[in-house]
Amino acid sequence: MKRQRYRLDVGARIDRGKTLRFSFNGKSYEGFDGDTLASALLANGVRLVGRSFKYHRPRGIFSAGMEEPNALVQLGSGAASEANLRATQVELFDGLEAASVNCWPSVDFDIWAINDRFSSMLPAGFYYKTFMWPKKFWHQYEKVIRRGAGLGTAPELPDQNIYDKRNQHCEVLVVGGGPAGISAALEAGRAGARVILVDEQAELGGALLGNGEHIESRSGVDWALAARTELDEMPEVHILTRTTAFGYYHHNYILMVERLSDHLGAPAGTLRQRLWKIRAHQVVLATGAIERPMVFADNDRPGIMLANAARTYVNRYGVRPGNRAVLYTNNDSAYHAAHDLAEAGVRVEAVIDVRPNPTGEGVEAIRQRGIKVLAYHALVGTVGVKRLRGIEVLALNEKGDGFSDGLQRLRCDLLCLSGGWNPTVHLFSQPGGKLNFDELKACFVPGETNEAVIVAGAANGVFSLQGCLAGGAAAGREAAAKTGLEDPGAPSLLPVIPAEEGPITPVWHLPPVSKGEMRFVDLHNDVTASDLELATREGYRSIELVKRYTTAGMGPDQGRTGNMHALAIVADTLGRSIPEVGTTTYRAPYTPVPYGAMAGRDVGALADPIRMTAIHGWHERSGAVFDDVSQWKRPWYYPRPGEDMNAAVKRECIAARTGVAILDASTLGKIEIHGPDSAKYLNRIYTNGWSKLAIGRCRYGLMLGEDGMVMDDGVTSRLGETHYFMTTTTGGAARVMAWMEDWLQCEWSDLKVYLTSVTEQWATLSISGPNARRVLSDLAEGVDLAPESFPHMAVREGKVAGINARIFRVSFTGELGFEVSVANSYGLALWQAFQRVGEKYDLTPIGIEALHVLRAEKGYIAVGHDTDGSVTPGDLGMDWLVSSKKDFLGRRSLARSDSIRPDRKQFVGLKLEARVPEGAQIVSELRRRPPMKMIGHVTSAYDSAALGKSIALALIERGHERMGETVAIPLTLEGRVVKAEIVSPVFYDPSGERLNV
Amino acid sequence: MSDPSLRQTPLATLHLGDRKTSPAHDATVRLAEKIFIAKINLRADPSNRKLMRVFEKVLGFALPLESNTTNGKAVRSALWLGPDEWLITAPSSQEQALFKALSEAAEAHHLAITDVSDARTVFLLSGPNARDVLEKGCGLDLHPRAFQTGCCAQTRLARTGVLLHQTSDEPAYDIHVSWSFAAYLWIWLEDAAAEFNVTIVADDG
Amino acid sequence: MLLIDCPYCGPREEIEFSYGGEAHIERPKQPDKLSDAEWADYLFMRNNPKGPLAERWCHSYGCRRWFNVERHTVTHEIQRVYKMGEPRGGEEGT
Repeated sequence: MKRQRYRLDVGARIDRGKTLRFSFNGKSYEGFDGDTLASALLANGVRLVGRSFKYHRPRGIFSAGMEEPNALVQLGSGAASEANLRATQVELFDGLEAASVNCWPSVDFDIWAINDRFSSMLPAGFYYKTFMWPKKFWHQYEKVIRRGAGLGTAPELPDQNIYDKRNQHCEVLVVGGGPAGISAALEAGRAGARVILVDEQAELGGALLGNGEHIESRSGVDWALAARTELDEMPEVHILTRTTAFGYYHHNYILMVERLSDHLGAPAGTLRQRLWKIRAHQVVLATGAIERPMVFADNDRPGIMLANAARTYVNRYGVRPGNRAVLYTNNDSAYHAAHDLAEAGVRVEAVIDVRPNPTGEGVEAIRQRGIKVLAYHALVGTVGVKRLRGIEVLALNEKGDGFSDGLQRLRCDLLCLSGGWNPTVHLFSQPGGKLNFDELKACFVPGETNEAVIVAGAANGVFSLQGCLAGGAAAGREAAAKTGLEDPGAPSLLPVIPAEEGPITPVWHLPPVSKGEMRFVDLHNDVTASDLELATREGYRSIELVKRYTTAGMGPDQGRTGNMHALAIVADTLGRSIPEVGTTTYRAPYTPVPYGAMAGRDVGALADPIRMTAIHGWHERSGAVFDDVSQWKRPWYYPRPGEDMNAAVKRECIAARTGVAILDASTLGKIEIHGPDSAKYLNRIYTNGWSKLAIGRCRYGLMLGEDGMVMDDGVTSRLGETHYFMTTTTGGAARVMAWMEDWLQCEWSDLKVYLTSVTEQWATLSISGPNARRVLSDLAEGVDLAPESFPHMAVREGKVAGINARIFRVSFTGELGFEVSVANSYGLALWQAFQRVGEKYDLTPIGIEALHVLRAEKGYIAVGHDTDGSVTPGDLGMDWLVSSKKDFLGRRSLARSDSIRPDRKQFVGLKLEARVPEGAQIVSELRRRPPMKMIGHVTSAYDSAALGKSIALALIERGHERMGETVAIPLTLEGRVVKAEIVSPVFYDPSGERLNV
Repeated sequence: MSDPSLRQTPLATLHLGDRKTSPAHDATVRLAEKIFIAKINLRADPSNRKLMRVFEKVLGFALPLESNTTNGKAVRSALWLGPDEWLITAPSSQEQALFKALSEAAEAHHLAITDVSDARTVFLLSGPNARDVLEKGCGLDLHPRAFQTGCCAQTRLARTGVLLHQTSDEPAYDIHVSWSFAAYLWIWLEDAAAEFNVTIVADDG
Repeated sequence: MLLIDCPYCGPREEIEFSYGGEAHIERPKQPDKLSDAEWADYLFMRNNPKGPLAERWCHSYGCRRWFNVERHTVTHEIQRVYKMGEPRGGEEGT
């Protein structure tokens, strides 16, 4: 194991007393607490860290933050493995294992680097142009291409970590914990605001952690530590570090992900990340800025990095990123980096500046150190492949659009680039914030927005430290004031003294010096200036389309470093201005977010809410198989030992037809209707008439949408003069209640009617079969069950098993039936009482599958099963339920030309040779293979025990006219055809005499 | 009247009995089911002053007319549910008498009085970390600046509709949840509280 | 997720509400007197402006009341919430 030979002896935010061991691509190294994987690799002299996406070119660490395009790593192995993490963001921990993602067999020898040799054959759009036809071969090509592309490996085992979510409200959310954000939080906190201050780093400070600058007499780091102490003492200020605000949605709704144990290696079973859902009155965005690179030939070699990154490695991590440095810039900030590198003992060979006459304090300081400044020069190439060995420089010509003669070569192993700064406007832009192009600063800055947001500091295009401090403080005060809190008083900072900075001269791209040279714009996706020039020559005008065609700005880094150059090159090639071309759309998430964090605890048993009836425990103990009906768990069937589903359902059906069966019907929707206008209201809601329903009687009702299509059905009973009780389907309960309230509140507010949902109040048991009355009579008190005093479709109140109950004589099976409803807390006791007295009648619990067979034998529709929102009462043969004497919802639609056309699909029964699946298509003219004209489909299909054959219900064109016709059901995938005869949907007891006993 | 000994709570399937303990002194979250609270849903026009006075006389206090507020005396409370809707809560022993008294006193008016005692059950969530638990699944602002003792709100908790009622500054909350969702929500609450020091206490209903 | 100011309960998360489409679509008093085209106009035809739209929302998880919202369909800015039965605002207001 080699020592950290690029580590500085003193300074920086690392703890040299805490050595951490880690491995990278199978080799062991050491780093210190406070390192990132990237800084530790640099400290150990590791320069080659990955291969590029398309050409598999060798790449090194390019940045010191989330904008990293090159150093993508796969962390860990097995279930905990995670792909495509940026080494610049991975905090080092003891035992960390990492590997490069895009290389095979190794980063040092990558077989796909052959692509680099043939790069001239792989221009933008190559895959689109070459492999898309013939179309049917694409899946063959794809297998091979995917092996060469793809980033990292998704783990195949379930994630063992825990993820959580929190909702939080605040007056002021400050995003970004640099000088501007800290200042804003301090001011808003002093005003008494509930403040959340969030930063993606492990500690507050932002740029101060890396740039070594001072605030008044203190170091920036000490200033940040003091601010943290003050903020921690404010009870309503909440600081979240290692937390990324990644989504800014409308009305100041911000999503953030907090990394709680990633820096510890996230041991299995620990709380790994927490998703924060923030609603803020005011947002202060102090998200800083990202440095841009420079574009020239072979600008991607390991050893080339952003100037500010080099500065950060020196100041924050105590690492020399090279021994001999050259800087290449178009603005002043690289000179500060040159200064810090020189201070750290790096030999700075030269600063190459494209500006004709760079001036400013930073520039002068470098000149005074005796470092060569090559003004009005540009880089035209680099030396070295797996490691930078030198650079090639030419002076610019008079016009500044080409070069003079006289190539100079400089030896170096570190090249630092600074092409200016892009304010981090992503979050600002996500909810629709407009961007303005600032010509002077050569960058987009925040413009108009509809959100309650203030942008401060570098994110607002203010790049000086003094400006950030003052701007942040003003934003914090303003935000607090906007929430109605008082200004804490005089600003606590000194007036702003602007530093002497020379202006930037953006030189987006210069012409190639030789043919075929690779001037990278998007390092991550291997998009070159030539690719962008080609795309515009091929006719692409919109930046959104150029992005998708060339892939510039895609992938994990989303083109953070290259996007501005890409659009400037497109603008230049098209002869348009940068604002005319505009930016691509910024969408959440700002950085990749693990699926685990999105799911939170909504996994396993908590994946979705589960609804259970009062009798659920009994069903479970009795071995019921459950069916999910919306969120309900409903017993599907109760298999006895040795029974399969068919056998169990058959036995349950026979019990209901010949003996007596009990079903848990508690899931049906139930609504109490009170008020003098209740009957009038029901007349408008249902298709049939309700004026004459007597107290103590029940009626079946059909509900339509305004489009005339069947929406729901159920039985409604009249319990008192102005009191009705409605039942709805299980799945329709909530929708029907909302629909009924809608009409009452919005259209018929003059009606005196109150609706109260009581679905959850009642447990309902349905007893049906020839012995239903006998079983019930053993338990009922104070109710005369004799048929003449308690006829079909009547309701009585009384006691069953000593429990207050409502007893409805209704039936969905076609047999004598009673539904007994009691308050939920008595539901299980009632069910058990039935089990006790039912033993002598062989009372059989049945599930919903048997119920469906029984109702289908009777031709009773199941809404949502036999109907699909396109079926009228006429289609169902239920015209007898449609009143002609009144208006009701949907009535007018029944007379629309489409509702009365003769070739509508109509509800019929099918006598079958064999069972068919529901949804099967029906044809009248059978052909050997599709296409065939389909005349309808099967809506319900069962094996009927009572009839001893398979039956089905179906919707068939002109079905009512086709009685007796034979049709075919071609089951092409199964290779068989089933013949069927169209019959009445009522297969069993058509006269209904079994109901009236 | 039905035989109360036959009653079961929706949490019966969870067999919490074995796990209930007396509250640990260092518990930061306490969770309990307040079983069999009587609940009566009232729908009435708040501008009907006569009717409002009738209710006040029967209940002993006025129905709260301000949104998201409650009113109460001794063991009875009235919770605002909407501009013309309230929930009256009382011990289960008062259920029938109170229902009868309200119905008879208001007979002449247009209103709806519905026994919904079993439509929801009530969980008691209390302790210094109680709000942290709720914030994991509820988007409502529960900070004392926005929600205090005596406030109530119908909202969502863990993708389920609930009626929240803050009953003390500790804070303590009554969580009214539909019968069918109760077991699911209880499991969710226990899971959400797991990172704190949670105790399941015997019901105090 | 929008923050919608329920006129009865105050500001709540969008997820507590359900959407009811364009507001101020009155049900014809005598549907039988309408032609198919006129009925279809009531039934199906809705404005889809790029800009302010009066629409109905129901506070399903709260007070269950329906009310009107004037929302800008591009920026999602909510200009106004008002109760059922109250007139729409803006130029067409009464």
